[in-house]
Amino acid sequence: MKLDPKTYSKMVRRAVPHSPVLKDCLWAFFVGGSICLAGEILRQTYLTWYDGEMAGTLTSISLIFASAVATLFGWYQKLATHAGAGTLVPITGFANSVVSPAIEFKTEGWVSGVGAHIFGIAGPVLAYGTLAGWVWGVIYWAMSKGG
Amino acid sequence: MSYLWAFVIGGAICVVGQLLLDYTALSPARILTGYVVTGVVLSAAGLYQPLADLAGAGASVPLLGFGHLLAQGVCRAVDETGLPGVFTGGLCAASGGVTASLVFALLAALVGRSRDQN
Repeated sequence: MKLDPKTYSKMVRRAVPHSPVLKDCLWAFFVGGSICLAGEILRQTYLTWYDGEMAGTLTSISLIFASAVATLFGWYQKLATHAGAGTLVPITGFANSVVSPAIEFKTEGWVSGVGAHIFGIAGPVLAYGTLAGWVWGVIYWAMSKGG
Repeated sequence: MSYLWAFVIGGAICVVGQLLLDYTALSPARILTGYVVTGVVLSAAGLYQPLADLAGAGASVPLLGFGHLLAQGVCRAVDETGLPGVFTGGLCAASGGVTASLVFALLAALVGRSRDQN
Protein backbone atom coordinates (compact mmCIF):
# COMPACT_ATOMS: atom_id res chain seq x y z
CA MET A 1 0.00 0.00 0.00
CA LYS A 2 1.38 3.36 -1.03
CA LEU A 3 1.08 6.28 1.32
CA ASP A 4 1.12 9.91 0.40
CA PRO A 5 1.41 12.42 3.21
CA LYS A 6 -2.29 13.25 3.04
CA THR A 7 -3.62 9.71 3.48
CA TYR A 8 -1.04 9.09 6.13
CA SER A 9 -2.09 12.09 8.19
CA LYS A 10 -5.69 10.96 7.79
CA MET A 11 -4.75 7.52 9.11
CA VAL A 12 -2.87 9.07 12.01
CA ARG A 13 -5.86 11.21 12.85
CA ARG A 14 -8.08 8.13 12.88
CA ALA A 15 -5.64 6.17 15.03
CA VAL A 16 -4.99 8.92 17.57
CA PRO A 17 -7.58 9.10 20.35
CA HIS A 18 -10.12 11.87 20.00
CA SER A 19 -10.14 13.13 23.57
CA PRO A 20 -7.43 15.75 24.00
CA VAL A 21 -6.89 14.69 27.60
CA LEU A 22 -6.30 11.08 26.59
CA LYS A 23 -3.95 12.24 23.84
CA ASP A 24 -2.10 14.52 26.28
CA CYS A 25 -1.76 11.66 28.75
CA LEU A 26 -0.42 9.25 26.11
CA TRP A 27 2.17 11.84 25.06
CA ALA A 28 3.11 12.48 28.69
CA PHE A 29 3.35 8.75 29.38
CA PHE A 30 5.55 7.86 26.42
CA VAL A 31 7.82 10.90 26.50
CA GLY A 32 8.13 10.93 30.30
CA GLY A 33 8.60 7.16 30.35
CA SER A 34 11.26 7.37 27.65
CA ILE A 35 13.21 10.02 29.57
CA CYS A 36 13.11 7.78 32.65
CA LEU A 37 14.12 4.76 30.55
CA ALA A 38 17.10 6.73 29.21
CA GLY A 39 17.90 7.60 32.83
CA GLU A 40 17.76 3.93 33.84
CA ILE A 41 20.10 2.94 30.99
CA LEU A 42 22.55 5.63 32.14
CA ARG A 43 22.17 4.57 35.78
CA GLN A 44 22.85 0.89 35.02
CA THR A 45 25.93 1.95 33.04
CA TYR A 46 27.26 4.14 35.87
CA LEU A 47 26.57 1.34 38.38
CA THR A 48 29.43 -0.64 36.85
CA TRP A 49 31.88 1.96 38.18
CA TYR A 50 30.11 3.74 41.04
CA ASP A 51 27.85 2.99 44.01
CA GLY A 52 24.10 3.50 43.80
CA GLU A 53 24.11 7.03 45.17
CA MET A 54 26.82 8.37 42.86
CA ALA A 55 25.26 6.53 39.91
CA GLY A 56 22.00 8.36 40.61
CA THR A 57 23.75 11.71 40.84
CA LEU A 58 25.65 11.10 37.60
CA THR A 59 22.40 10.09 35.90
CA SER A 60 20.83 13.40 36.94
CA ILE A 61 23.86 15.38 35.76
CA SER A 62 23.85 13.60 32.38
CA LEU A 63 20.13 14.21 31.84
CA ILE A 64 20.53 17.86 32.89
CA PHE A 65 23.33 18.24 30.36
CA ALA A 66 21.19 16.68 27.61
CA SER A 67 18.30 18.96 28.55
CA ALA A 68 20.54 22.05 28.48
CA VAL A 69 21.70 21.17 24.95
CA ALA A 70 18.13 20.44 23.80
CA THR A 71 16.94 23.72 25.34
CA LEU A 72 19.78 25.66 23.72
CA PHE A 73 18.70 24.48 20.26
CA GLY A 74 14.98 24.92 21.01
CA TRP A 75 14.26 21.19 20.71
CA TYR A 76 13.06 20.78 24.28
CA GLN A 77 10.44 23.51 23.92
CA LYS A 78 9.20 21.89 20.72
CA LEU A 79 8.85 18.51 22.38
CA ALA A 80 7.18 20.14 25.39
CA THR A 81 4.31 21.54 23.31
CA HIS A 82 3.21 17.92 22.71
CA ALA A 83 4.54 16.12 25.74
CA GLY A 84 3.27 18.51 28.43
CA ALA A 85 3.97 16.99 31.82
CA GLY A 86 6.09 14.32 30.12
CA THR A 87 8.79 16.94 29.68
CA LEU A 88 7.88 19.03 32.75
CA VAL A 89 8.00 16.48 35.57
CA PRO A 90 11.36 14.74 34.91
CA ILE A 91 14.59 16.39 36.08
CA THR A 92 15.11 17.48 32.45
CA GLY A 93 12.12 19.81 32.92
CA PHE A 94 13.74 21.29 36.01
CA ALA A 95 16.93 21.84 34.00
CA ASN A 96 14.91 23.41 31.17
CA SER A 97 13.37 25.81 33.69
CA VAL A 98 16.88 26.94 34.67
CA VAL A 99 18.43 27.06 31.20
CA SER A 100 15.53 28.87 29.46
CA PRO A 101 15.55 32.04 31.58
CA ALA A 102 19.36 32.05 31.62
CA ILE A 103 19.35 32.35 27.82
CA GLU A 104 16.27 34.57 27.72
CA PHE A 105 17.50 37.24 30.15
CA LYS A 106 20.98 37.53 28.68
CA THR A 107 19.86 40.76 27.01
CA GLU A 108 19.32 42.30 30.47
CA GLY A 109 22.86 41.62 31.61
CA TRP A 110 24.72 38.87 33.40
CA VAL A 111 23.90 39.86 36.98
CA SER A 112 20.50 41.56 37.06
CA GLY A 113 19.35 39.60 33.99
CA VAL A 114 20.72 36.07 33.88
CA GLY A 115 21.78 35.86 37.53
CA ALA A 116 18.57 37.22 38.98
CA HIS A 117 16.19 35.22 36.79
CA ILE A 118 18.03 31.92 36.52
CA PHE A 119 16.04 30.47 39.43
CA GLY A 120 12.76 32.18 38.52
CA ILE A 121 10.96 28.84 38.35
CA ALA A 122 13.46 26.51 39.96
CA GLY A 123 13.85 28.85 42.98
CA PRO A 124 10.42 28.10 44.45
CA VAL A 125 11.04 24.39 43.85
CA LEU A 126 14.31 24.54 45.79
CA ALA A 127 12.93 26.85 48.49
CA TYR A 128 9.92 24.73 49.40
CA GLY A 129 11.72 21.45 48.79
CA THR A 130 14.49 22.55 51.15
CA LEU A 131 11.94 23.73 53.74
CA ALA A 132 10.07 20.42 53.56
CA GLY A 133 13.35 18.53 53.93
CA TRP A 134 14.32 20.68 56.91
CA VAL A 135 10.98 20.11 58.64
CA TRP A 136 11.26 16.36 58.06
CA GLY A 137 14.85 16.50 59.38
CA VAL A 138 13.69 18.09 62.65
CA ILE A 139 10.94 15.46 63.02
CA TYR A 140 13.40 12.67 62.20
CA TRP A 141 15.89 14.02 64.76
CA ALA A 142 13.17 14.32 67.43
CA MET A 143 12.05 10.75 66.69
CA SER A 144 15.60 9.45 66.99
CA LYS A 145 15.93 11.20 70.39
CA GLY A 146 12.52 10.27 71.73
CA GLY A 147 12.12 6.82 70.18
CA MET B 1 13.14 -5.86 34.21
CA SER B 2 14.29 -2.59 35.77
CA TYR B 3 14.08 -0.93 32.34
CA LEU B 4 10.40 -1.81 31.91
CA TRP B 5 9.55 -0.58 35.41
CA ALA B 6 11.53 2.61 34.90
CA PHE B 7 9.52 3.32 31.75
CA VAL B 8 6.11 2.42 33.20
CA ILE B 9 6.49 4.05 36.64
CA GLY B 10 8.22 7.14 35.22
CA GLY B 11 5.53 7.46 32.56
CA ALA B 12 2.75 7.01 35.12
CA ILE B 13 4.18 9.76 37.35
CA CYS B 14 4.16 12.06 34.31
CA VAL B 15 0.54 11.15 33.51
CA VAL B 16 -0.45 12.29 37.01
CA GLY B 17 1.23 15.62 36.25
CA GLN B 18 -0.60 15.81 32.91
CA LEU B 19 -3.96 15.22 34.61
CA LEU B 20 -3.12 18.06 37.03
CA LEU B 21 -2.29 20.29 34.04
CA ASP B 22 -5.48 19.40 32.18
CA TYR B 23 -7.99 19.30 35.03
CA THR B 24 -6.73 21.95 37.44
CA ALA B 25 -5.65 25.57 37.09
CA LEU B 26 -2.23 24.78 38.59
CA SER B 27 0.67 26.41 36.75
CA PRO B 28 3.70 24.30 35.77
CA ALA B 29 5.79 26.05 38.44
CA ARG B 30 3.26 25.06 41.12
CA ILE B 31 3.17 21.48 39.88
CA LEU B 32 6.98 21.24 40.02
CA THR B 33 7.01 22.69 43.54
CA GLY B 34 4.20 20.37 44.60
CA TYR B 35 6.05 17.35 43.20
CA VAL B 36 9.22 18.05 45.16
CA VAL B 37 7.35 18.67 48.44
CA THR B 38 5.23 15.56 47.85
CA GLY B 39 8.44 13.62 47.22
CA VAL B 40 9.75 14.70 50.63
CA VAL B 41 6.49 13.67 52.30
CA LEU B 42 6.32 10.28 50.53
CA SER B 43 9.95 9.63 51.40
CA ALA B 44 9.38 10.60 55.04
CA ALA B 45 6.42 8.22 55.17
CA GLY B 46 8.70 5.45 53.90
CA LEU B 47 6.65 5.02 50.73
CA TYR B 48 9.15 6.23 48.14
CA GLN B 49 12.14 3.98 48.79
CA PRO B 50 10.23 0.81 47.77
CA LEU B 51 9.26 2.56 44.53
CA ALA B 52 12.88 3.63 43.95
CA ASP B 53 14.04 0.03 44.55
CA LEU B 54 11.56 -1.22 41.98
CA ALA B 55 11.76 1.43 39.29
CA GLY B 56 15.26 2.91 39.67
CA ALA B 57 15.45 5.97 37.44
CA GLY B 58 11.68 5.74 36.90
CA ALA B 59 11.36 6.97 40.48
CA SER B 60 14.50 9.12 40.78
CA VAL B 61 14.27 11.07 37.49
CA PRO B 62 10.80 12.64 38.05
CA LEU B 63 10.90 15.55 40.50
CA LEU B 64 9.29 13.40 43.21
CA GLY B 65 12.71 11.74 43.28
CA PHE B 66 14.35 15.10 43.93
CA GLY B 67 12.22 15.41 47.08
CA HIS B 68 13.15 11.86 48.03
CA LEU B 69 16.81 12.79 47.59
CA LEU B 70 16.43 15.82 49.91
CA ALA B 71 14.64 13.77 52.56
CA GLN B 72 17.16 10.92 52.40
CA GLY B 73 20.08 13.33 52.60
CA VAL B 74 18.68 15.02 55.69
CA CYS B 75 18.16 11.65 57.42
CA ARG B 76 21.70 10.52 56.70
CA ALA B 77 23.19 13.80 57.94
CA VAL B 78 21.10 13.64 61.13
CA ASP B 79 22.29 10.07 61.70
CA GLU B 80 25.90 11.20 61.30
CA THR B 81 25.99 14.57 63.06
CA GLY B 82 22.71 14.98 64.95
CA LEU B 83 20.72 18.19 64.82
CA PRO B 84 23.14 20.23 62.63
CA GLY B 85 22.53 17.67 59.89
CA VAL B 86 19.05 19.14 59.53
CA PHE B 87 20.69 22.12 57.86
CA THR B 88 23.31 20.37 55.75
CA GLY B 89 21.85 17.07 54.60
CA GLY B 90 19.21 18.07 52.08
CA LEU B 91 21.09 20.38 49.77
CA CYS B 92 24.23 18.30 50.16
CA ALA B 93 22.46 15.36 48.57
CA ALA B 94 20.94 17.59 45.88
CA SER B 95 24.14 19.52 45.18
CA GLY B 96 25.10 17.59 42.04
CA GLY B 97 21.85 18.35 40.25
CA VAL B 98 21.71 21.98 41.36
CA THR B 99 25.31 22.70 40.41
CA ALA B 100 24.93 20.95 37.05
CA SER B 101 21.78 22.96 36.28
CA LEU B 102 23.47 26.26 37.13
CA VAL B 103 26.74 25.59 35.31
CA PHE B 104 25.13 24.20 32.15
CA ALA B 105 22.56 27.01 32.15
CA LEU B 106 25.27 29.68 32.34
CA LEU B 107 27.30 27.96 29.62
CA ALA B 108 24.15 27.78 27.47
CA ALA B 109 23.54 31.48 28.08
CA LEU B 110 27.11 32.19 27.06
CA VAL B 111 26.75 30.57 23.64
CA GLY B 112 23.00 30.92 23.12
CA ARG B 113 20.82 33.71 21.86
CA SER B 114 17.26 34.29 23.01
CA ARG B 115 14.66 33.19 20.47
CA ASP B 116 11.04 34.02 19.92
CA GLN B 117 8.77 32.06 22.23
CA ASN B 118 6.07 30.63 20.03
